[in-house]
Amino acid sequence: MKKTHTDTAATNGRGLDRRTFIELTGALLGSTVLGGVPHAAHALDKALPNTIDGAVKGGTLDALIHPEPPTLASFINTSTPGRAVFSKIFDGLLDYGPDLAPRPQLAESWETSKDGLVWTLHLRKNVFWHDGTPFTSADVKFSADVIWKKYAPTARRVLRHLASAEAPDEHTIVLTLTQSTPVLINALDAVAAPVLPKHLYEGTDVPNNPHNNAPIGTGPFVFKEWVRGSHIALERFDKYWQPGRPFLNKLTWKIITDVAGRANALETGVVQYGERNPVTFADADRFKTSDKLIVSTEGYNGFSGTLWLIPNWRDPILSNFKVRAAILHAIDRQLLTKTVWGGYAVPATGPVSSLLKPFYEPATPQYAFDKKKAEALLDEAGFPKKADGWRFKLTHDFIPFGDDYRRTGEFVRQALRAVGIDVELRSLDLATWTKNVFTDYNFQLVSSWGINWQDPQLGIEQHFWSKAESKGTPWFNASGYASQEVDALFEDAQGQTDADKRIADYKQVQKIVQRDLARLDLFEFRWFGVWDKRLRNVTDTFDHSQNNFAHVWWDQTA
Amino acid sequence: MIRRLLTHLLRLVFIVLAIAVLNFALLKSLPGDLADVVATESGAASSEQVAELRERFGLGRSVPAQLASYVGGVLRGDLGMSFRFGEPVAQLVLGRLPATITLVGLALPISVLLGMGLGMLSARRPNGLVDAALSLLSTLGYSAPMFWTALMLIVAFGVKQPWFPVGGIRNVTAGYTGLRDLVDVLWHLVLPTATLSIYYVAIYARLYRASLIEQLAEDYIRTARAKGAREGRVMFGHALRNATLPVLTMLGLQSSAVLGGSIVIETVFAWPGLGQLSFEAVRSRDVQLLLGVLLLSGILVVLTNLLVDLLQTRLDPRIRHRSLGASS
Repeated sequence: MKKTHTDTAATNGRGLDRRTFIELTGALLGSTVLGGVPHAAHALDKALPNTIDGAVKGGTLDALIHPEPPTLASFINTSTPGRAVFSKIFDGLLDYGPDLAPRPQLAESWETSKDGLVWTLHLRKNVFWHDGTPFTSADVKFSADVIWKKYAPTARRVLRHLASAEAPDEHTIVLTLTQSTPVLINALDAVAAPVLPKHLYEGTDVPNNPHNNAPIGTGPFVFKEWVRGSHIALERFDKYWQPGRPFLNKLTWKIITDVAGRANALETGVVQYGERNPVTFADADRFKTSDKLIVSTEGYNGFSGTLWLIPNWRDPILSNFKVRAAILHAIDRQLLTKTVWGGYAVPATGPVSSLLKPFYEPATPQYAFDKKKAEALLDEAGFPKKADGWRFKLTHDFIPFGDDYRRTGEFVRQALRAVGIDVELRSLDLATWTKNVFTDYNFQLVSSWGINWQDPQLGIEQHFWSKAESKGTPWFNASGYASQEVDALFEDAQGQTDADKRIADYKQVQKIVQRDLARLDLFEFRWFGVWDKRLRNVTDTFDHSQNNFAHVWWDQTA
Repeated sequence: MIRRLLTHLLRLVFIVLAIAVLNFALLKSLPGDLADVVATESGAASSEQVAELRERFGLGRSVPAQLASYVGGVLRGDLGMSFRFGEPVAQLVLGRLPATITLVGLALPISVLLGMGLGMLSARRPNGLVDAALSLLSTLGYSAPMFWTALMLIVAFGVKQPWFPVGGIRNVTAGYTGLRDLVDVLWHLVLPTATLSIYYVAIYARLYRASLIEQLAEDYIRTARAKGAREGRVMFGHALRNATLPVLTMLGLQSSAVLGGSIVIETVFAWPGLGQLSFEAVRSRDVQLLLGVLLLSGILVVLTNLLVDLLQTRLDPRIRHRSLGASS
C-alpha cells in the first residue's frame, strides 16, 4: 500500500495519511504539503465499472455507519445498520446481484422439486467458521430448526410452511415444505435466512448469547472489536473459502451520528465510504464536483423503496376514495422530490419501486398534480369550503427519522392547505409513533417509508394483505384496507410455482391497490452513496450495505 | 467531618432512589415501549415476536412489579440489562464514562484557570481598556451556541486547514499503542476541549471579575494595603481566596450541566461518551439503560458537590465553624 505518498492523491486516511503526517511533522509544514497540484474539477457521479481485473490485495477501508447499530444480532433485530456489519461477518446461503438474480454463496447449487415442496441445497466445501471449526450442513439444519423458526423475522414469516430440514450428508441440506414457497429463492441471503454456528448457539439462550455482539461467522471479515459510540473493527479472514478474497485487510465502521460530521469525515478522507444518504443533499451535490469522491445511486435495486402516506381507512373522511385521490392530486410530487429530496427521488407510480424491475408494473392508474381537480373532488365528496376557508381538519404524523421526513410533512401540509384541508403536523418520538400507528390505529394520515426488498412478498404484501393485519406489529397493514381481490392474488402468489404467473399476480395487485388508493405512494427513493473514486466493486450488489465486500478493492491507478 | 460525610452519603442514597423512582414513573407514563422500537427498527417482526420481545424485556409485568424488581436490583448493585443493546447496563455505561470524564475533566480545569487569569486582569482596572476587551470576548464566548462554535472550529481547523481531526477519540484504523496512542487521543481532544472551554472560560472570567471587584473593595483589602502589602500579595494572598468561593459553588452546580451539555459536543465530534448513550436510551425507551446513565450522573454530581464542599471549608474555615455551630 502507498505508505509514503504525501500528495493529495494519498490523503484518504489509510496507512500513513495526511493527518498522521501532520501530527508528526507539525502543523505549519502541513499546509505546504497539502498544496498539491490543483486538478480540473469534473463531476464524478458514476462508479468505475465493476471488475476484478487487476485487483490488488491490501489496504484498509474506513466506512461510515449511521446510526450506530443497536446490536449485531441481525438474526433478531434486522435494523439496517446492523445488517451492514452482519453481512460482512456472515455469508448467507445465497447472495443477490444488482439484477436481483441469486448468486451462490454458502450454497453452491440448489434444486427444487416440481411441486415446489422439496428444496435441496448443495453446500460449499472447505468453509470455516472464524474460530476454525468447519462449516457443515449441521449448522444449516440447526439454523433452520431454531433460528429461522423462532428468531429471524423474515425467515419466520417466509418459512411458515417449513416442515423439516434434513442433512443427509455433511454438505447437503434438504428443506421440506407443506406448501410450496417460491419466495424462498429470494430470501436466502445472510440476513433473511441467517446461518449461525451450531457449536456456539445450540442449547444456549439465543437472544442473550455472548457471541451476538462478538459474532463468529463464515464471511470474509472477522469481528475484532466494537467500541460503542466509536467504531466497529473487522479484519480479513485468512481462511475464507474463496481463494484470494477478501482483497481488503481491514474494514472499520466509524460511528458518526452528526450529518455535518459525516460530510467532514468524507471530505477529509477520514472515511472513504458512506452509503444510504450519508450526507445532506447539498453536500452530495458539492461532493459531485470533487475529483476525489464519487456520488452515485447505483447498487440499491434490492433496497428500493417508496415514501408513502397511510390513510386510515377507519376514518370517516379518509375512507372516502375521492378524498384520497384529491390528496394525491393536490401534491406536486415532482417539486417535492426536487426541493425536499434534492433530486434523490422520483415520483412513484404505485407501491412497487421501478427499481424492483422483475415485479414493477408501470401501467397503473395515476393521479397527477392538479389542484383544480383536487378541489373539485373534495367538493364532490361532500366537503365544501366552510366560511373559515377550511374543508376539514386532518392530523399528519411523520416518522421521526430525521429532517427530510419532517420537511416532507411540511411540504404535504402546505400542499393540502392550498386546497382547503387544514393539516396539523405532529412530531412524535418513534415509540409513540409506532404505538399510535400500529397498535392503536390512532391516526388519520401518517407518512413513512418502506423497502420492497428482493420480492414483493417480503416488502409489499404485509402492507395490503388484509390477513396480515396484526394489531401491535409494526409495518403490518395499518390502514385497515381489505380487498378480497388483492387477498386472493397475494395468497396465490405465496404458493405459485410458475414464476411468470407469480409476477403477474403482483402486477395485478399493483393495479388494484393503486386503483383503490389503498396507500398514497408519493415517491421512490434514489439512495446515494459517497465513496473514494479509487474504491472498486462497491456497486456489484443488490443492496450496498449488504454486500459482503469480499470483492471490494483499492485501485491505485484510478 | 465524619458527620458531613455521612450526611452526604445519606443524601446520595436518597437521591439515587428518587432518580430511580421518578424517572421510571416518567418513562413508563409515555406511550410506546422498547418492544415497539425494536420491532419497528427490524421492519419485519411478526405479532408473536412482538409479544415475545415484550416478555423477554420484562415489559409484561405490572409497572409497580417492574419498578420493585428494578430498585431491588439497584440496591444489590445490579443495574440490569439493556435489551436494545444486548449488554449489561453497567458495562455500557462504564464503557462510555472514560471518554466523558476525559473531556470534562480536561475542559473544566482549563476553563477555571483561564477564567481566573482573565478575571484578575479585568478586575485590576474595572472598565479599563483590558476589561472592556475581555468583556466583549467573554460575551461572545458564552453567547455563541456551543454547536456553532464546534462546527466553526471544525470547518476552520479540521477541514479548511486540516490540522486537527474532525471527530472521534482516536485514530482507530492506525491502532496505535502506548505513548503514540496518548498523543493521538490528546490530538483528538483539542477541538472538543476548545469548544467546551471557550464557553466555560467566558463564564468563569465574568464570575471571577465580579467576585474580585467585590472583594477588592472590602475593608480587609484596604487594611492589607495600609499595612503595605504589594498588589500581588493583595490579589493572591487575600482577594483571590475569597473570590474563589462563589466560583466553586458554581463549579459544583455546573458539573451536572457539563455532563448533560456535553451531549452536543459528543454528537458534533462523534465523541463516544455518556451524552450520546443517554440520548439513544431516551429515543428507544430503553428504560434500564437511561436509569443507569442517570444514576451514574447523579452519583457523580453528588460526589462533585461533596468535593466542592470540602474545598470550600478548606478555603474558608469560617464555613466549617458555622456549620459545626449549627449542628452541635
